[in-house]
Amino acid sequence: MSAQPHSVTHHAEAPKSFIRRYVFSTDHKVIGIQYLLLALAAVTIGMVLSWLFRAHLAWPHLIIPGFGGLMRPEQYLALVTMHGTIMVFFVLTVAPQSGFGNYFLPIQIGADDMAFPTLNMLSFWITLVAFLVLVAAFFTPGGAPINGWTSYPTLSAVGSVSGPGQGMGETLWVVSIALFCLASLLTALNFISTTIEMRAPGMSLMRMPLTVWGWFVTAVLGLLAFGVLLAAGILLLLDRLAMTSFFVPAGLVFNDTQPPLMHAGGSPLLWEHLFWFFGHPEVYIAILPAMGITSHILSNFSRKPIFGYKAMAYSLCAIGFLSFTVWGHHMFVSGMSPYSALAFSFLTLIIGVPSAIKTFNWLGTLWGGKIQFTTPMLFAIGFVSLFVTGGLSGLFLAQPAIDLPLHDTYFVIAHFHIVMAVAAIFGIFGGLYYWFPKMFGRRMNETLGKTHFWLTFIGAYLIFMPMHWMGIMGALRRYASPGGLGFVARMDPIDIFITVAAFVTGAAQLLFYFNFFWSIRHGEKVEENPWHATTLEWSVPSPPPHGNFVAAPHVYRGPYEYSVPGYTEDYLPQHLTPEQVAQSAEAGT
Amino acid sequence: MNHTEAEAQPIADITWAGGPSPLAVNKKKLGMWLFLLSDSITFSCLLIGYSYVRLASPDWPRPFEFYPAIVKATLMTVILLTSSLTMVLGVHAAHKGERSRAVKYILFTMLGGVLFDVIHISEWINLIIHEHVTPFHNPWGSPLLGGAFFGLTGLHMLHVTIGVIYLGVIAWGFGTKRFAAEDVEVSGLYWHFVDLVWMFIFPLVYLINVAPK
Repeated sequence: MSAQPHSVTHHAEAPKSFIRRYVFSTDHKVIGIQYLLLALAAVTIGMVLSWLFRAHLAWPHLIIPGFGGLMRPEQYLALVTMHGTIMVFFVLTVAPQSGFGNYFLPIQIGADDMAFPTLNMLSFWITLVAFLVLVAAFFTPGGAPINGWTSYPTLSAVGSVSGPGQGMGETLWVVSIALFCLASLLTALNFISTTIEMRAPGMSLMRMPLTVWGWFVTAVLGLLAFGVLLAAGILLLLDRLAMTSFFVPAGLVFNDTQPPLMHAGGSPLLWEHLFWFFGHPEVYIAILPAMGITSHILSNFSRKPIFGYKAMAYSLCAIGFLSFTVWGHHMFVSGMSPYSALAFSFLTLIIGVPSAIKTFNWLGTLWGGKIQFTTPMLFAIGFVSLFVTGGLSGLFLAQPAIDLPLHDTYFVIAHFHIVMAVAAIFGIFGGLYYWFPKMFGRRMNETLGKTHFWLTFIGAYLIFMPMHWMGIMGALRRYASPGGLGFVARMDPIDIFITVAAFVTGAAQLLFYFNFFWSIRHGEKVEENPWHATTLEWSVPSPPPHGNFVAAPHVYRGPYEYSVPGYTEDYLPQHLTPEQVAQSAEAGT
Repeated sequence: MNHTEAEAQPIADITWAGGPSPLAVNKKKLGMWLFLLSDSITFSCLLIGYSYVRLASPDWPRPFEFYPAIVKATLMTVILLTSSLTMVLGVHAAHKGERSRAVKYILFTMLGGVLFDVIHISEWINLIIHEHVTPFHNPWGSPLLGGAFFGLTGLHMLHVTIGVIYLGVIAWGFGTKRFAAEDVEVSGLYWHFVDLVWMFIFPLVYLINVAPK
């Protein structure tokens, strides 16, 4: 090879003091774990919130402690809003991208750290502050905001005349999201620079693990999308604090009260456009890293190269590109021209093509493989199942004629929870079980893991499949007490069924919490490559030392060289030199 | 990768050797470009939002008289463009290794930024105190004029101010040999971007809102 100077420069020493090493650390691995712990705290809060409002939906007369009697509609809406915001931003965006991406992207491309370590630390701390600001909304006088995670004006723009949580609580919501945007922009910029600049010799783009492709495309989406939400947030903040009216037309009346008369001339549609121009890429920001993780795990435990590597990488890029062209499909009922709706519908259906390429390639990877049903493998297969199920209901919603009656019903809730939320969570679980040995040097318990998988997998379908029927029958979302309507009242048994399923599935997560925290100290110890995997993260000690690599790595082949004919082992790591491979083959024969 | 070296190797071994190629941009510069890309999207959204409410308002006011508003804005444009020129000269000097000359030009650039801010603030004060324009009210028509004007120019002014501080750090660091010429160039990218944003704000906020004769 040419004597190109190699960009890996090893940090002299890991910092000694506890604070610099574990709290204000610039080491990408520590930051990755910090993000994962933040997401774990967030997902716990989000799940408890969902239990509370599910309990209210199933048993409207149940008195839950802490609500001052029966749950009031605004309390219900506050729970839904905070559940959505916490889950979308601080779980689905934080864990797969900022968490796993931070930990494993540099190692998988053979770098010693991210391109901008200090910026990386800054991103985490801004994200944490954003989370605390959001949670603080619960403790303001009016309580948390009540307009859903999409924060549609005019309700969100006029202050507390539109509801008790719309005063200070909503202001904190906007501030939190603006901070989150800033942190995500910095993270995205860091990921892109790292992927482009810091790859080890031999790590060409087409030799990158598909996880890296997932994180890279996601970072590009983040870079282009969060700036839009930031702009929208600035305008909304101006509307709220400086009494401008970008999103507020004149002459509105809320709860028999007029907002201050200064408001005139704006349009809530402007927010819908800005929000969904961010919002649609955002759902891919949640799912693309999970797609990468799934590809990685499926290939590993099928003991086969990934089927159609290039098609997998290009389809990630295609999905990323298309995600910026379809925001209007969230706005079919906004009164848009039917011709615009036709265009948005067509573009949305096109996303089915790269999605199908990915699905068939996952199946092709499994086909004829020597499949090992480990816990991460089960979660990866579960991801494919959920992605197909949720994707198919997406084809319904992509068509304006079907979307008009289904809009804002439980059908939509079922669709996006399966395809975006639960599928992405399965990607996160798969990644956690898969990389846990690398992060902590020990393995999580397999029996507990598999039990956790089956309970979660079946539970997720039990929760969300019935919601499709409810949606088709006309049950509307965001209603605290829909039971007054006769046709909705007949669905009460389904509501109770879903709530019970949610409690059981939630309780099953205790298995995971126990397994996770117990295994950190007491799990079975493993050597550095327990899954017999090929990529660079498995060539370093577990957990990897500061600076990751003892000797600067060099990459000689693609990431998924499993079961190579003529080679003794059934996996051929990326970093083995051709001489080592030849020697090993001779020794074998 | 060296071309002749590559030719000497067997085909299978010709891969990119890692490190700074193939895009040959250092990572700070790439990071700045990416930041500017996302920042340009934020400004685009604000400008699009402003254009949207302007088109949607039947009573959009056109309040800016030739003097003082347009004259001042033109002067600010000239100052900002000139500061971009001094920035180019500073980057050029930095690359040639002439540290004191580079620092001098960066200081000129900062002076331009400060002058811009001073004139801009005087204009804000004039609008607020004498014309009674607030973000939610103005004497002429649609209340959104104030919100759009203060929002857009305020965010831009914030960028100029941060830029002046950033350039100050760069000038100090380059003068004391803590920073390389590359760092000066990266700060130049930021400054030109701030200048470029103004090139959109000047026509879209000022020139199309000139008071009709």
